[in-house]
Amino acid sequence: MTVTEDPATAEVAPEREVGKARRRKEDARLITGRTTWTDNMVLPGMLHMSVVRSPVAHGKIANIDVSAAQQAPGVVAVLTGRDLAEEQGSIPCAWPVTADMVNPGHPSIAVDEVNHVGEAVAVIIARSRSAAADAIELVDVDYDLLPPVLDMEEAVKHEADLCHDHIDSNTSYHFVFDAGEAGTGGDTEQAFADADVVVSRRFVNQRLIPAFMEPRSVVVQPQGDNFTMWSATQIPHVLRVMLAMVTGVPEHKLRVVAPDVGGGFGGKLQVNPEEVIALLVARRLGKPVKWTETRSESLMAAHHGRDQIQYVDVAATREGDVTGLRVRILADMGAYLRLITPGVPALGAFMFPGIYKFPAYRFECDGVFTNKVPTDAYRGAGRPEATFAIERIMDELAVELGMDPLELRRRNWIQSQEFPFTTVAGLEYDSGDYDTATQQALELLGYDELREEQRRRRESNDPVQLGIGFSTFTEMCGLAPSRVLGSLSYGAGGWESASIRMLPTGKVEVVTGSTPHGQGHETAWSQLVADQLGVPFEDVEVLHGDTAVAPKGMDTYGSRSLVVGGTAVVKAADKVIAKARKVAAHLLEANEDDLDFSNGKFTVRGTPGTALSIQEIALAVFAAHDYPEDVEPSIDADATFDPVNFSFPHGTHVCAMEVDTETGFVKIRKYACVDDVGTIVNPLIVEGQVHGGLAQGIAQALYEEAVYDADGNLTTGSFVDYLVPSAADLPHFDTGNTVHVAPGNPIGAKGVGEAGCIASTPAVVNAALDAVRHLGVQDIRMPLTPERVWRALHHGGDGGDRATAGSNAYGGAQTETTAGVSTPQSSLGGDR
Amino acid sequence: MTQVSMRVDGVGYTDEVEPRTLLVHHLREALGKVGTVVGCDTSNCGACTVHLDGQAVKSCTVFAVQADGAEVTTIEGIGSQGDLHPVQKAFHEMHGLQCGFCTPGMIMASIDLLKENPNPSEAEVREGIEGNLCRCTGYQNIVRAVQQAAGEMAGSSDTLGAQS
Amino acid sequence: MIPAAFEYARPTTVDEALQAVAEGGEDVKIMAGGQSLIPVMRLRLAAPSTVVDLGRVAEMRGVRDDGDALVIGAMTTHAEIVTDPLVAQYAKLIAEATETVADRQTRRRGTFGGALAHADPAGDLPAVALALDADMVVAGPNGRRTVPAREFFVDYLTTTLDEGEILVEIRVPKLAGDWGVRYEKFNRVAQAWSIVAVAAAVRRENGSIAEARIGLTNMGPTPLRASATEAALAGAAASPDSVAAAARSAAEGTSPSSDLNAQADYREHLAQVLTRRAVIAAAGL
Repeated sequence: MTVTEDPATAEVAPEREVGKARRRKEDARLITGRTTWTDNMVLPGMLHMSVVRSPVAHGKIANIDVSAAQQAPGVVAVLTGRDLAEEQGSIPCAWPVTADMVNPGHPSIAVDEVNHVGEAVAVIIARSRSAAADAIELVDVDYDLLPPVLDMEEAVKHEADLCHDHIDSNTSYHFVFDAGEAGTGGDTEQAFADADVVVSRRFVNQRLIPAFMEPRSVVVQPQGDNFTMWSATQIPHVLRVMLAMVTGVPEHKLRVVAPDVGGGFGGKLQVNPEEVIALLVARRLGKPVKWTETRSESLMAAHHGRDQIQYVDVAATREGDVTGLRVRILADMGAYLRLITPGVPALGAFMFPGIYKFPAYRFECDGVFTNKVPTDAYRGAGRPEATFAIERIMDELAVELGMDPLELRRRNWIQSQEFPFTTVAGLEYDSGDYDTATQQALELLGYDELREEQRRRRESNDPVQLGIGFSTFTEMCGLAPSRVLGSLSYGAGGWESASIRMLPTGKVEVVTGSTPHGQGHETAWSQLVADQLGVPFEDVEVLHGDTAVAPKGMDTYGSRSLVVGGTAVVKAADKVIAKARKVAAHLLEANEDDLDFSNGKFTVRGTPGTALSIQEIALAVFAAHDYPEDVEPSIDADATFDPVNFSFPHGTHVCAMEVDTETGFVKIRKYACVDDVGTIVNPLIVEGQVHGGLAQGIAQALYEEAVYDADGNLTTGSFVDYLVPSAADLPHFDTGNTVHVAPGNPIGAKGVGEAGCIASTPAVVNAALDAVRHLGVQDIRMPLTPERVWRALHHGGDGGDRATAGSNAYGGAQTETTAGVSTPQSSLGGDR
Repeated sequence: MTQVSMRVDGVGYTDEVEPRTLLVHHLREALGKVGTVVGCDTSNCGACTVHLDGQAVKSCTVFAVQADGAEVTTIEGIGSQGDLHPVQKAFHEMHGLQCGFCTPGMIMASIDLLKENPNPSEAEVREGIEGNLCRCTGYQNIVRAVQQAAGEMAGSSDTLGAQS
Repeated sequence: MIPAAFEYARPTTVDEALQAVAEGGEDVKIMAGGQSLIPVMRLRLAAPSTVVDLGRVAEMRGVRDDGDALVIGAMTTHAEIVTDPLVAQYAKLIAEATETVADRQTRRRGTFGGALAHADPAGDLPAVALALDADMVVAGPNGRRTVPAREFFVDYLTTTLDEGEILVEIRVPKLAGDWGVRYEKFNRVAQAWSIVAVAAAVRRENGSIAEARIGLTNMGPTPLRASATEAALAGAAASPDSVAAAARSAAEGTSPSSDLNAQADYREHLAQVLTRRAVIAAAGL
């Protein structure tokens, strides 16, 4: 057969962009320091704001004397809660998880009462940053102290001290999900009554601090009755709506811009009191105002994450079939409800059954007020807590049954042929293969050799013992189907918006409502659009993070960007192609149905040599000299995508851990994981997201904890004591992937942002326990400080609470002597 | 106020500063060198790392007056988009950054490390950048980037050696 | 955060420095490398009215050989100590401990003398100076005096330095004979201060341990010597068992604090384990 090649079709199809390890477009400015962090911004006449914060956890404000501060050089104004009470409203809570949830209200600046250390009591507006800082100590506040409420288990007792005296208990809400009542499972009480084996544990999922590297910062510029706010936020769109509702600045008079944002991890998914105050101050003074927090402020006053006490019961047969799961949770709200404070544990409610086929399940959660900074979203938000509980209790059950922990998991997990699978919590898991991921992870780890070494170390009674821990996890991602959010009483939808603008020169502007802060949207979206429209990767520019540029959006959190926002981009591209098809048909004088579109070109079937690229069509509609009668001269398109279901990434994480039984020091020997996040658009970015998540999940297991003392002071108030691990403290990660395409979106992606963080924590703790269980240790409280491990080994229990009175605020020893640093006796400064 | 003169990224500046002005604030606010950032207040995070007379220091823990007469190099002075420093290039190639906030300090510390140890092992890189915190990457790709840059820098000096 | 305002003096000689300190009044603060001072000033835990910056006092910098002793200028930076050939030869313990201080950037600025005068019990170098029986040379309005390390550290962040005095140099006796050294540091993350650390120098002679000097970091408000262990080791067999036995008394006479990282009893336990490890390593066992 003779093939006559048509030059128009003989071109080699360009390599698909999706799946390519494209280096990021974002990097150029970031590696050269040509960045636009909010704190970089300087505006003519700009004033600086500092915040006077409460040093007490709970008290009535008896008096505030601001006169000295007002007189201080450079100070323009000092405002207290009283001054702003009429206009500041309440920080919004978008997630009333139950109809009778109690929200005490959250003033941005305390008016009558303070409820946590670090709460704003006044703001200083000054001509320079240093003048604003200097005047803080000139504000004199008298507090009538009230007893601080700090311990959740005490707080829910009858006649406990109250965090808010205008409400009658410390419980904000009682949220229940019962599979029996919901019709998604059997009777849980019956399942436990009938069980051969019941294992019950109390787990503490400690309070963490998101600790994004860029401190929060906000600049507000008034222009007539318009305001522009630049903020280091994950959520410029949500923030705009909420600020309009809270302050009464009309939404159309407010523009919010998220310039370069240095990480968020949920910590910048907030309507911050300082953002509200900055807007009110700019409105009142008619001048631009900037506020940038210090790290100490950030740790003390930006929202925290996690903080649950979990009572978990699992029922099983003697053979190892799980028959029921019962979870009761106390979830620390902190002093107030912020944007989604109450929703975080509720989001986790559906994930406690994990990947296992429980026939019965009941979940109850009390949201509890304490005199601490509010909790809210932190990487995983509800799902790490759930995953920790289920993956820990599965190990405990395995021990009870005398089974291998992997064998127990295998026996109970959903088999690959059972997808889609509706769980006892009512979720429909989309796709996956837990067994394959597990096999690959074991190979990556070198499992058999390490088990052998573990045996040798046990036999020789080596002071350094070895353990291996698993976490076979899944998570609900792609937040979120709007109707589901509605059924959970969430205040908004979970759709995402995108626009594609075809410029006259054929270049492409993609507008996304999903606002990045390190995830690489500009690169990944360019890859999607390059494939879809058949244009070069370099010809695509992704615009985001400014409500004037990207007017609609739901922003970035919950591993949603690619799954929901990326899909919106793909759908917008499809609409562009559909519009261009009409123009192409007109220009090529062909029937629309006879046109093929591939590699960016329309060709007429059966008419070789005729081709019109979509980039040429862009120019043609710009000129608009010749286009069909019945269409507008534009091929630009918008799309909004609202998923029907969540997506369910899964994976198997395996950790090998060395435990020095003499000192309690734990060290990760090896870490391997295989994640299934569906289609991988950019393997570099996916790997990077997994690495970063692992670091944070491991840090929860080993290093991080927000500790409060008995008076409600945050004793881990700086990076000296809140231990964010460095490169030297973390291991090398061996990562891999399986790919089971997500059926719920055309990309097939499941979401990757939270996977590593959710999965790793229980694997690490299980590994440490596996190393020392034969020595009688049953549990160790997170983080696994050397002291806790040592105490668990030598004194029993879980290592105990390390929040001791007089803990150190800085450096070596006790808080009270830190002032000694400035005594003349200590003379020559500088230890280091 | 005290007068200070310093060369920053090759340009001489003379300014009046308050003695309490931190070098990083002087760089950012007086000289517009906003590529160098502040991430903490206890000298832990290293985001503010610059080179002071060729040595990596945390510019939040140096007063501007202490840098009087010194040569300061920031992230803005080591390379440009068309002419990247090998370490900058390697961070891009190996995906050694995500949000990029720690990146200037991380790159400046890495350059300092490579000057002292041109061929560091993985463990040596990890220890060498222990004074710089990153919350996004889990460090693995940063470590790869530093090692890749080491290889490239060694390669280019070999070439020079062969020519001479 | 921004430190409170202060007056700044930058002397270039010790005499000028003494004068600047004298003129600085009650709230004067002497700054060496500033790596502990500047953070506490930023947090406004310290707000001196005058800062006397010793950064330009050239005579206080460097290491020199002075017969039986090394003389280390107080303003010698950690980075300089770590790479100094004299320190490597005659006071390796100092180099080994200094390598563990903070991080590379901090070691570029922080100084040996600053660390000693700051006297943070969690700092690494005071215990080393104590173990090596260093002498502190102090300059004051009335001339110079020499204070043995044993007398220098008097309390938490407090030394025998009087108002108006400056630590100018440290005389470290050279170790003569077959000495091995080890700094055994225990902390939670790489950058963190020691929870407990042990500085050990051990001299072996004819198969036994002739002499051991053991300094303890963070086992009380000041650095301490593990005297009971030292006594038990003197003349003991150079064997892991005899070291282990001697190390059991390492926490005798200590008074460690309880804080966020460790309770006192755990610190006492760590002191024993780390002393055993340090001595075994130092003795090459």
